[in-house]
Amino acid sequence: MSSAVAEPELAAQFDATVRRKDRIEPRDWMPDAYRKTVVRQVAQHAHSEIIGMQPEGQWIGRAPSLRRKAILLAKVQDEAGHGLYLYSATETLGVSRDELTEMLISGRQKYSSIFNYPALSYADVGTIGWLVDGAAICNQVPLCRTSFGPYGRAMIRICKEESFHQRQGFELLMTMMRGTDEQRAMVQESVNRFWWPALMMFGPPDDASPNTEQSMAWGIKTHTNDELRQRFVDMSVPQAKALGVTFPDPDLKWNEERQAHDFGQPDWDEFWDVVKGNGPCNAQRIAHRKQACDDGAWVREAAMAFAEKQKVATA
Amino acid sequence: MSDEVRGEWPLYEVFVRGKRGLNHVHVGSLHAPDDAMAVRHARDVYTRRNEGVSIWVVRSDAITASSPDEKDPLFAPSGDKVYRHPTFYEIPDNVPHM
Ligand SMILES: [Fe+2]
Ligand SMILES: [Fe+2]
Repeated sequence: MSSAVAEPELAAQFDATVRRKDRIEPRDWMPDAYRKTVVRQVAQHAHSEIIGMQPEGQWIGRAPSLRRKAILLAKVQDEAGHGLYLYSATETLGVSRDELTEMLISGRQKYSSIFNYPALSYADVGTIGWLVDGAAICNQVPLCRTSFGPYGRAMIRICKEESFHQRQGFELLMTMMRGTDEQRAMVQESVNRFWWPALMMFGPPDDASPNTEQSMAWGIKTHTNDELRQRFVDMSVPQAKALGVTFPDPDLKWNEERQAHDFGQPDWDEFWDVVKGNGPCNAQRIAHRKQACDDGAWVREAAMAFAEKQKVATA
Repeated sequence: MSDEVRGEWPLYEVFVRGKRGLNHVHVGSLHAPDDAMAVRHARDVYTRRNEGVSIWVVRSDAITASSPDEKDPLFAPSGDKVYRHPTFYEIPDNVPHM
């Protein structure tokens, strides 16, 4: 932004910083495309945390015990917090909170497709914690070292909190697996529904992900979608075994040579269809967020008016 | 109502003291209508797991910062004063407690 230094020199400084794996801070000079990419990715991430409260949030009032209710409440509250950390990270680049909310509600910015699937039973609360938060952790741990400073710092905070999310989900499912046949069937049915959407959380295959290469060159992303998906599958298989459930993939098997699991591909047509807005819950998720925003407007205004009045009174 | 009433809540920077004996450290930012609400929001957003024993909040627009460039001449005076560091001085190994 300083006009005294020529742009090529600033660009060279930026490149050198990224190459050193040093962090870019909000007031540093950065290429416009870098700024846009960071805003898009961090905002999308923030929106995912905020929309992500909905599928599970619906179950808070119907939790099977006080213990489960307290846990779920704390988990959903954490997701709100994650959204707030990430919104503030985005705002350091000069986008306002109101603009971000508007872009979410108008559909100009996306959120993770996984949250367009419904949570149909309490077993889903467990499966979401285990697989959805599990996949999110896989994605997020490398992002702690992303090149944009505020994003990386938000991710460190978030990752510390996510491990409770995954563990409470797994423990919930373990408890159900020790229950009746009907409860075990509920768990398996839930896992069958969430497995493929969880794999989609890593994004399209590398050859269909045109932005990955540039994002990696800038140090925003540090691993490709397929690398992270593989890591997630390899982590999840032994967990499923311990739990006593299977994944609905006939091609899933250990490959001795690769020292990794082979697995089938999610239905990418379904993925793109959900991204385009045609998932089971897209309209409902946005409508709910819009209503919460509209319903809260008078509270935000009243709080501002009260603050103004106090200022006048003490002046 | 004034324009400000209709606008966004102002932005605050949040600093948390992790435990007694430590400095307050910047942890992030948040929006709040006034100082008192900023402290309450900061508690909910940044200290859900006993991360702090004390919180400071300050409106972001009240902060004055140095220039963003790390190579700024502002920091140049300390660059060439190596004698301010203990390692500048060579002391024989057989001198204890130094
Ligand atoms: Fe989260
Ligand atoms: Fe989570």
